[in-house]
Amino acid sequence: MRSFTYERASLAQEAAAKAQETPGAKFIAGGTNLLDLMKLEIETPQHLIDVNGLKFDKIEKTEDGGLRIGALVRNTALAADMRVRRDYGVLSRALLAGASGQLRNKATTAGNLLQRTRCPYFYDTNQPCNKRTPGSGCAAIAGYSRQLGVIGVSEACIATNPSDMAVAMRALDAEVETIDAAGRTRKIPIADFHRLPGDRPDLETTLSSGELITAVTLPPPLRGTHIYKKVRDRASYAFALVSVAAVLQRDGTGRLAVGGVAPKPWRIEKAEAELRGGAKPFSARLLADAKPTNENAFKVTLVERTVAAVMHEARQK
Amino acid sequence: MANPVESEVSRRGVLVGGTATAMIGVLPSGQGQAQPASSDAVRQGFEVSFEVNGKPYSLQLDTRTTLLDALREHIHLTGSKKGCDHGQCGACTVIVNGVRINSCLTLAVMHQDDRITTIEGLGTPEQLHPMQAAFIKHDGYQCGYCTPGQICSAVAVLDEIKAGIPSHVSADLTSPPELTNVEMRERMSGNICRCGAYSNIAEAIAEAAGSKT
Repeated sequence: MRSFTYERASLAQEAAAKAQETPGAKFIAGGTNLLDLMKLEIETPQHLIDVNGLKFDKIEKTEDGGLRIGALVRNTALAADMRVRRDYGVLSRALLAGASGQLRNKATTAGNLLQRTRCPYFYDTNQPCNKRTPGSGCAAIAGYSRQLGVIGVSEACIATNPSDMAVAMRALDAEVETIDAAGRTRKIPIADFHRLPGDRPDLETTLSSGELITAVTLPPPLRGTHIYKKVRDRASYAFALVSVAAVLQRDGTGRLAVGGVAPKPWRIEKAEAELRGGAKPFSARLLADAKPTNENAFKVTLVERTVAAVMHEARQK
Repeated sequence: MANPVESEVSRRGVLVGGTATAMIGVLPSGQGQAQPASSDAVRQGFEVSFEVNGKPYSLQLDTRTTLLDALREHIHLTGSKKGCDHGQCGACTVIVNGVRINSCLTLAVMHQDDRITTIEGLGTPEQLHPMQAAFIKHDGYQCGYCTPGQICSAVAVLDEIKAGIPSHVSADLTSPPELTNVEMRERMSGNICRCGAYSNIAEAIAEAAGSKT
């Protein structure tokens, strides 16, 4: 690990200002992904700003009847909150499907959104990777790409976003609240939070320099059947090959976002018009622009089958 | 905001400490690498105080020191094990403020005033924790390397179930989770045992939990 200086922040705006003005500064909260990457020298911050002392650890009702989740709420606490379990089951299920108990106890809501891809070529510093070292090339496209993306990818990068939580938040139309160095706050719809790689896969979110996530807000509860289905190589503690976050209605309509296939949670609202026709037309529309490799072409079929399984499960409830 | 603490690493700290401390001594001064801003502060170290197994400790650490390295190399509590050092194996699991975490994926300096429990704080050879006794009774190990992490994790799992925290395999999100074998296995999936003692570990946890499944 490279050396770095460290400080504890007590005010959000000060932390954002410090992050903006200090070369190589990064925020640290749970640290479960950042420290993993620092040990491999994939992340090499020169200064860490510990934001754990900021008071963003509450889950509160919003005026419109939704929930405001503090950026520092741990994944376990969010999954176990009775309001989330009762009214946003898809989110609770997505969180519980991710990582291990130890990691969920430490990982934060904001950190989960900011976690980086687990593409094996991003992790292997002997390999070229446009995300890790812009301009060096992508070893994944012609390499071991079974786990990697099939849609939203580019010639520069086919990495996937590894989060389960974000897929559920995309189905729920969550918003990400932030504060910047000047104290300005804004709300970013989760659909606009993660970028597609294009020719700059190193730029992963629409956050500006120093901008700090303070909360994630959920709209009022969505009635219907909440399901999160994750298909993976092991029964527990593995990243998704494909996952589906769904809120489905009795009349066959609903919302559906897919994980494990793209650089961001993949949802196309217009495709949801096809849901009443079944999994096949919906998936065909959702993945119409898919560009899979030979190794991960199975994911296109797997999405359709996982969607079919989710629709079947919803009808049984 | 707090500034990095200015103080010296003691000679004794360098001599008795492990790799993380030793590196303070071997960092060349004025190195031409890309981190000029941090080298001074790294040499000075950062002060942190926390409680381990009921005893207070105050340490002067390289900021890079993980909680696991602080426990093993500085406090010399070597029960917590370094397996993968990347949060994948769970051998480093300790209980911080009542909650189990991977001590390899957290910096020691992030634990000011925390209460940490390691395997050494759960029981002693003379007075075993019920979970330790159950692991012995059911042969919940072969080589034993993952065992401290397994036991710390298992103790915390029972508390998580008691607190009503659901899991991936809980059939109903809104009712209290049950003490079943399937629940235990899901909740213990962050602790790998390469000897494959899983079935005995599950039996040991079931006994300590007082369940018969």
